[in-house]
This record gives sequence, structure tokens and C-alpha cells, in this order.
Amino acid sequence: MTTQVAETGHDDHAHGPAKGITRWLFTTNHKDIGSMYLIFSLIMLFIGGSMAFVIRAELFQPGLQLVEPNFFNQMITMHGLIMVFGAVMPAFVGLANWMIPLMIGAPDMALPRLNNLSFWILPFAFSMMMVTLFMDGGGPNFGWTFYAPLSTTYAPPSVTFFIFAIHMMGASSIMGAINVVVTIVNMRAPGMGYMKMPMFCWTWLITAFLLIAVMPVLAGVVTMMLMDIHFGTSFFDAGGGGDPVLFQHVFWFFGHPEVYIMILPSFGVVSQVIPTFARKKLFGYHSMVYAIIAIAVLSFVVWAHHMFTVGMPLAGELFFMYTTMLIAVPTGVKIFNWVSTMFKGSMTFETPMLYSIAFVILFTIGGLSGIMLALAPVDFVYHDTYFVVAHFHYVLVPGAIFGIFAAVYYWLPKWSGKMYDEGLAKFHFWVSFVGLNLTFFPMHFVGLAGMPRRIPDYPLQFADFNMIVSVGAFLFGTSQLIFVFILIKTLRSGKAAPQSPWESAEGLEWTIPSPAPYHTFATPPKVD
Amino acid sequence: MTATASSEHYYVPEGSRWPIIGVIGIFFVVLGMALWVNDITFAPYLTLTGTLIIAYLFFGWFGDVIDESMSGKYSTQVDTSFRQGMIWFITSEVFFFIALFGTLYYIRAISLPWLGGEGHLGSSNLLWDGFQATWPLLATPGAGGEYVQGKEAMGAGGIPLYNTIILLSSGATLTWAHWGLKKDSKSQLVGGLALTVLLGFIFFGFQAYEYYHAYNEMDLRLDSGVYGSTFYMLTGFHGMHVTIGTIMLLVILIRSIKGHFSHEKHFAFEAVAWYWHFVDVVWLGLYFFVYWL
Amino acid sequence: MLQNVRILSVLLAFFPALAWSEWEVNMTRGVTDTSAAIYDLHMIVFYICVVISIVVFGVMFWSMYHHRKSKGAEPHPFHESSTIEILWTIVPLIILIVILVPATKTLIQTYDTAESDIDIQVTGYQWKWRYKYIGQDVDFFSVITTPSDEIYNKAEKNPNYLLEVDRPLVLPINKKIRFLFTSNDVIHAWWVPALALKKDAIPGFINESSTKINEPGIYRGQCAELCGKDHGFMPIVIKAVTESEYVAWVAEQKALKQKEASASQKDWSMEELMAKGEEVYNKNCSACHQPTGVGLPPVFPALKDSPIALGPIQDHMDIVFSGKAGTGMSAYGEQLSAVELAAVVTYERNAWGNNVGDKLLPADVEKLKGGK
Repeated sequence: MTTQVAETGHDDHAHGPAKGITRWLFTTNHKDIGSMYLIFSLIMLFIGGSMAFVIRAELFQPGLQLVEPNFFNQMITMHGLIMVFGAVMPAFVGLANWMIPLMIGAPDMALPRLNNLSFWILPFAFSMMMVTLFMDGGGPNFGWTFYAPLSTTYAPPSVTFFIFAIHMMGASSIMGAINVVVTIVNMRAPGMGYMKMPMFCWTWLITAFLLIAVMPVLAGVVTMMLMDIHFGTSFFDAGGGGDPVLFQHVFWFFGHPEVYIMILPSFGVVSQVIPTFARKKLFGYHSMVYAIIAIAVLSFVVWAHHMFTVGMPLAGELFFMYTTMLIAVPTGVKIFNWVSTMFKGSMTFETPMLYSIAFVILFTIGGLSGIMLALAPVDFVYHDTYFVVAHFHYVLVPGAIFGIFAAVYYWLPKWSGKMYDEGLAKFHFWVSFVGLNLTFFPMHFVGLAGMPRRIPDYPLQFADFNMIVSVGAFLFGTSQLIFVFILIKTLRSGKAAPQSPWESAEGLEWTIPSPAPYHTFATPPKVD
Repeated sequence: MTATASSEHYYVPEGSRWPIIGVIGIFFVVLGMALWVNDITFAPYLTLTGTLIIAYLFFGWFGDVIDESMSGKYSTQVDTSFRQGMIWFITSEVFFFIALFGTLYYIRAISLPWLGGEGHLGSSNLLWDGFQATWPLLATPGAGGEYVQGKEAMGAGGIPLYNTIILLSSGATLTWAHWGLKKDSKSQLVGGLALTVLLGFIFFGFQAYEYYHAYNEMDLRLDSGVYGSTFYMLTGFHGMHVTIGTIMLLVILIRSIKGHFSHEKHFAFEAVAWYWHFVDVVWLGLYFFVYWL
Repeated sequence: MLQNVRILSVLLAFFPALAWSEWEVNMTRGVTDTSAAIYDLHMIVFYICVVISIVVFGVMFWSMYHHRKSKGAEPHPFHESSTIEILWTIVPLIILIVILVPATKTLIQTYDTAESDIDIQVTGYQWKWRYKYIGQDVDFFSVITTPSDEIYNKAEKNPNYLLEVDRPLVLPINKKIRFLFTSNDVIHAWWVPALALKKDAIPGFINESSTKINEPGIYRGQCAELCGKDHGFMPIVIKAVTESEYVAWVAEQKALKQKEASASQKDWSMEELMAKGEEVYNKNCSACHQPTGVGLPPVFPALKDSPIALGPIQDHMDIVFSGKAGTGMSAYGEQLSAVELAAVVTYERNAWGNNVGDKLLPADVEKLKGGK
């Protein structure tokens, strides 16, 4: 791929960023907005993480020591909501903002002002959601899946604020997703066909479609909740002809594509990083693309596998069991392709590569426990136990979060123009890796042995593993401070990074200087 | 990629104060509504303030866009971005209504028969003895409980039928206006749009009357069980979209009178037209599944 | 070997909890045919997953070791092969089918809807279970008995900590038992690992499941669906007995019920009512209103100095009897006996500094029960 380096000196954009706070409030620059998203998500990661600390501290030993059950429930709810909507999703949108225009040779996102609006909604939405913790009756205490009627008739008064916060986050996500789709479809540099696009752009294109399709469904279901709570409707009340299970169907019709929203961009990141450090092209580019599309399509017809115990008819259980199993096929193709990319390469193991390899290993473990969970009869035992908690943390933490770490280490030199400290970064990786497995692996055992999820106290036979899990969680959580330290150290005193710090990295983003100038590709580059 | 390979520059606006104003407006509106439903007295004013801010935002933001457009800053690629943005926005709206229609389907096809004792296990009679699953559902399973029992169901004739004819003809008048725009006939454009707006208002008036009648005479209410819930949710959200669409059409009408559109450049017109047709199609679904079947 | 022992002893020093129990790392095989089938399926899939990971990770680690740059590996240019792609689409499909055959069989087995010998309606309440033996006139609540001192670490925890109830569900072995699950308030899930049976209890709907226990014994489980504050404190205990023991137990329950009915006709003294009331209160009310009556406002109001507890006795009785719609306060009229209702109302009016001085007699409650 040969490229023509963009000139940045066009009349309209000759100058740099505005000064002061208005730069950030008014900005239409994809790099500024990307940075704001990333910083926001880092803050949210620590807030959500500190809630996990409370949870694990309470579960360190049997008995109630630190918090009351009701507050414990608020912690598990907020931990889930913040990690999903506040940490993982904004981080991916931040990466999309930074990298998609650079990767496809566009001057900016397609709709720059809308882009700013999408971001600034988030701090307001999350303030509104977190303030509920201090309201009379406490914050949301019904789990991040907020099943009715616990979240309607029996919810604390603050639930209304939670509903409107969700509405705002949804609006932000939809606008962000529209921006991504339009940017990728309309703004690719001349010559960059769809099948020449970097994998990260492909995964984000599909993710954005999923967002556009399912965030409105979430808006619909929380609206029905609002109406049940305040306007006397009976969507989720059998006494009026409704059905609490209806809530779960609508929620998971959103919720299952949502979990792919949280993993697909990581697939993209890993597909960028592994070829770079294996010094070899991504194996099976075409089948990788088809696999993502297949996963996205299938994600719309598997939702009820979260609900095997609600009492569906046999035919329903069989249908959802079969479709769910089918997802293993395209997911398997992706994993095999990553492994083949490494096969007969010439590998080095810089930090982004370490995170990507850990991603492949741990995500595969999470995927395999997913196959086990997909089997309806066995799910009757696994359902709502710590086995499920272990499963989704194995796909989300090493999946989404490690993908984000890989991306940050990989592109940080491009963003900041400075190299991070490789030794420290590797230390961060190993501590995280050990902490993570110490935290989530034993959860499989307690889950199989019969520990239900979302309980503040447990019978004595689960005590030993829970102690190990808590120790692991403290280690994993604390080790993220190393990450913050690395970021600060890089920005303050990192060595200057060359245009392309990685030996065989390919893509338009490596054809511009480091740090990336405030405006790039004002004239689109030509891609052969 | 031939269309976008032009040498024109893609217009990237400078920093803008509108988005953050929009965020504050949205925040006031939702915070106001959240406080409102919790019976806080000043809440309606907060929502009102937010609404005014958003109205101001639309004037300002779209004013900027119109200025930029009129001064020729937009290449065809920018125009394409706007079009695609609008299409995906409408797609997200479609999915919102899919969720609502899905709810209606689930309630009618699965949950009500189940409550009525059907289903693969047929044991709900233990809980709701004597309950008959019918649609429209007038007597709820918890009859005599907290839900109002409806007197009669909404038929498909009369107002709903008139409204169907009104909305379908408004689609036609809008297309007629579009033809006028394409051949640069201002009178046809303005006349067609004015007619469309008028039909929008008439629809709205009929719908308001129908609600009044349903609430006061038929005991078809939000709290009269799941029939009332789904009826008002579906028609209500559609009505909200009609209202928004009518306001947008009104703006387009004013801009047409001012002569903002030409036959090759009229994204705003088309965007609103798409939106209106989308609202039209949703109504057909409503008429079919809510009123008729 | 010695090394292992030493590591183990170090671990032991770290985890005093080890003394409490043995390490359980797997699913139980259970005591029904279905649970055994599910366990076997679980193990089959588990081993398949282990084999898959050994193959995938094996290739990966082998490449990581042999195709390192530091070892002088040169990258090979290959990056496409339709044959391989098709191969590793087909092979996983075949593996899936191999798994799905036994899975489908087991699933159909769990959906066995043939006639049952005993029907039991299981109703979830915040936060206890109610068991109603249909057609038997046996109907009771099953509530956790773990003392709050153990939960709050003021007393040593007993081996069945959090898994003990006042009245277990008594079931005969070798009989087909059909459960009809429903709920009174929010969604709960009834789960006993030894039966491999977990089903949601959904308000307004009935879910069915059946089981046939092969061995007598005591089997414990917990609620598996987040149902509010005390979700972690509503255990399930099953006592599986032989058929003759079961028949005797049913007769005993019926006798108990008669005794209760006659007790309500007796003239209860204040002291008796207060003593009984405290017992009833701690079992049913203290989770929300707290043992000291101060509640957890605003969701769970205080009873100490409350207008209801100090106001007219009729209003007080009504709210206990009928509950309060839209809150966690359920209608205790159907949950408690006349004696228990009278005692708890009397207790609430005269405990923790509340000093109304009046008392409610079981006979009065009986009248109210008849009237409603």
C-alpha cells in the first residue's frame, strides 16, 4: 500500500486548537473529542472499579462486615452500568474518533458538531445516574439488567433518574454510531475500497450498525418502565395483562447485540496489532470480515439464551440453543485466523502484542465457557451463578478492556508523539494478567459448586475461593494505577516517537508525523 | 469511490458553541421530566426552560448550517454525509418502533393466551380463574384490581380511517411539492408543502379528539390494562413524531418561501420528506395492527 | 511431593477458612436421573472444550516459541487459503452437532410433562418461600433461621450458615413431583443444585417443572434471581424421605393446623402475646423494619413512634393484614395465622418504647379473616 502523505496546510485549517476551556467545550476536532472520550472512560473505569472493590471487600469473608445488603445491591448495579456504558463503550468511541479518520484518510469525522454533542451528553448523563446513590432510598439496586418488576413497582424513587440517564446515554451512542457509519461509508480516501479497509474500521462499522439498531430498543424498554411506574400502564404486570418476561425479551434483544458492541472493536484492535508484531499480513482478511458480519447478524436471534429458566416452550429453548451454538463457528474462525497470523511469522512481544495474545487466550476461555452456557439443560444449573459471572468477565475484561489497553499502547506514540516506558508497561501487563486470572478463574469453581450471583453473603463452603477472588481483585484493581502512572510519565517525559514506531506497522495512520498534527488529511491521500 | 474523489475540500467547521448548549438544553429537559414525575413543583419550569434552550439551539445551529450551505462551503461529499446521517437516524427510529410493535406482538400472541390458560402447560387458571384472553382486552386478569375496566374497544372505522386517508394524501401532496421543486416551480413547491402541513394539523386535531373521546367515554385509558397501555404507547409515540414532522415541514415551508432550495440542492427538504414518509409508513402499521386486527 | 505438602500448608496458613469445608470445584451429580444426565452432559462438553483449547493454544504457543524474531524467524508471506477457512468452518460445525445431540436429548428429558404423583405450588415472596401441597390442605412458609448474630459476625457460624430454614419442604422419594412456580411480588428463582432444578418464579404466571428424587437426604439451595435486599437470605431446604415417612408427616401437618385453629379461640394474655409477637416479628418483619423497629427509611419505614403503630388498632391491623400496594409490604393476612397476626400487632404497639397498651386477640383476627 503506497500512500501520498497529506498536506496539512489548507487555508481553513492552518491554525491549531483554540486556547483554554472553550477548546474542549466547543471542539469539533476528532482528536480532541477522541481524547475526551478516552479520559472520560478512564475516570469511569476507576469509579466502576472502586465499586468492585466494595463488592469484593464485602465478599472477602462470609457474613456482613462493611455494607448493608441494599447498598451492596446498589454497588453491583452501578458497577455493571458504569463499566458497560461508562468505561467500555466510551473508550471504544474514543478510539474510533481518534483512529478511523486517520486510518481511512479523512480530514475529520463526517459530522463534527454532532460528534461534540455525543460526547458532552455523557458527563451529564453519568452525573445524573451517580447522584441517585445519594438520594432518599438510594440508587438503582436491581442489577444492571434491571428486571421488572423489581425495577418498576418495587424500585426506589430514584429509578426515574436512572431511566432518563439511560435515555441520554442511548441518544449519545446513537449519534456517535451514525457519525461512525457515515464517516466510514462516505469519507474513505480515494482508492480505499471496503475490502482494503483496516480491520478496526470494519469492526467499528458493524458495531455502529448494531448500536443504531439496538439502542432505540433500550430506549423503548426503559420508556415502558417509566410508564409502568408513573402513568399506570401494565406492560410488565400480569394483573393488567402484561408480562414481566416481556421486559426480559425486549431488554435482551438490546442486550445481546450490546455484548457484541463491547467486543467487536476489540477484535478490530487485535487484528491490527497481531499482524504488526508477527510481521505478517492478517491471515484470511476476507473471512474475518464475513465472520464479523455473521456474528452481528446472529446476535439478533440469540437473545433468549439469557432467559433459559423463565419457562419458555421447548421449541423456543431449542431454537435459541441452536442459534447460540452457531455463533461459535464465526468466532472460532476469527480465533483460528489470529493464530495462523502468528504461525510462521517473525514475532516480537511488545506490550500491545502481549495484551493481544492474552486477549486471544482468555477470550477463547470465555468463549468456551460460553459454549457450555449455551446448552439449555446445563444452563439450568449454571444460570445466575458465579459461573456466569466468570464467563462474562472473561470475555469483557480480557476481551474489551485488554483490547483497549492494546490499542492505547499501540497508538499512544501516534497520539502523544512520545514512547511509553516498555519495561513498566510490561510490568503493568503481567500484574494485570495475574490479577485478572486470580480474580475470575476461581469464580468458575464457586459457580459450579453452587454460589448464586448478586448475593452479599454466602454459605461457608464458598469461603476459600471467595477470599482468593477478592485478593485477585485487589491486585488487579490496584495494578491499574500503574497504567495511569505510565500515561503520565509518557506525556511528561517520554522519548520522542518516530512517525512509525513499530517495525512493520501498516496503514495510513503511520504515514503522518507523531504526534498527529491537529488537522490531518485535509487533502485526501491516494490509496493504491 | 469515484463520486468522492473530487478535489473539493471537505468542510470541517470551527469549534461551535451549539452542541454544548444542546447538551444543557437536553439535560434540563430530562432532569425536569424526572423531577416532574416525582411531583417536584418547579420541575415543569425546568423542562420548559430546557425546551426553550433546545428551540434556540435549533435556530442557531441550523442557522449556521444554512449560512454555510448558502455561502457554498459544502461540497457534494458534505451533502452526502448529511443524507446518510438522516437515513441512519430514521433507521434508528424504525428500530424504536420495532421494539414497540414487538411488545404488542408478544402481548397479543404469547403473554395473554398464556394468562388465559393456554400455552404448553396450561396451568395459569390456578392464578387467574375465569380470565378470558381476548383482544382487544377489556377485562384485565386482575379484574376489580387497580386497573380500570374498558367499556368498548377502538374500532377501525371513523376517525382512524379518516386519519389514514389524511396521512396518505399528505404523502402525496409532499411528493407533488417535491416535483415542483425539481422543475423549479415555486408555487407548486409552496402550495404542496402548505397543503401537507395543513393535513398534518388536521391529523393532529383528529387524534386529539379521539384521545379525548377514548378517555372520557370509552374508559380506554393508560391505566385500563395492557390494551390501553399498548394503544397509547404506539399511537402516542407516533403522534409525537407527527408533531415533530409537522414542525419540520413548517420550517421547510418558510424556507421554501424564502427561496432557500434549488432543484439540485435541497437536502433539508428531502430529509424532512423522508421523515414524513417514515411517519406515514408507521401509521399504516398502526392502522393495521392496533386498530384493525 | 514434599514440596506440594509445604505449599499446601502455606496456603492453609493464608486461608483459615479452609477449616470450614472442603474445596468444591465442580457441579454436583445430584440425586435425580435428570441431574445425573445434566452432569454427564456438562462433563462431556467440558472435556471437548479442554481438547479444543489444548489444540488451539498448543499451535499458538508453538508458534510463539519457534517463530520469534529473536530466534531469527523470517515471516512467511502466506495469508490466505480458502481450503483452510472452509475446513475450520466445517469442523467446528461437526463438533457442535456432536454436542447438540445429547444436549437436545437431555433438554427434552427435563420437559417431561407426564402425570405427576404430587403437585406443589411454590410461591416466592420477598424473602421467603411458600409451599402449598395441592389437594392436601398443607400450606406453609419456609423462612431462613440463621440468627442475625451469625450474619453480623457476633457468633460463630454454624455449618449450614444461610442454608437453614424453619420448615423444610418434605418430599417422598421415588415419586414424581410436579412444582408449579409463581411469585407474589418480584421474580425469584427456585434452585436446588442436587435436583439440577432452577426455575424462575414469575408474578402472575406459572412455571412447571418436575422431579423424582432417588435418595433420601437433605438438599439445600438458594434463590437465584436478584429479588431485592434479602435475595441472599431466602434458602430452600428439601427433606427427602421414604413414602411412609411422608404420609406420616402430612398427617402431622394436618393435626398441627387443627391445633392452631383451637389456639385462636383461647384468651391470650399480654405477656403471651408479646412473647409470641417478638418471635413472629423477628421471623417476618425485622428484615425490613429492623429488630429495633427503626426501619430503613424511606423505603422501609420505622414502626417505633410511627403513626400507624400508635394510632387506632383497626388501621394497624388492616395494613398488616392487607399490605400496601406497590411497596415491599405484602399482605400478611394469608401468610400468618390468626394467633401470629394478633401477637405481632400487639408486639409492634408495645415494644421499643411504643406504649399504646392495647392488645389484639386472635379471636378478633379470626372475625376479620372470615369477613374478607
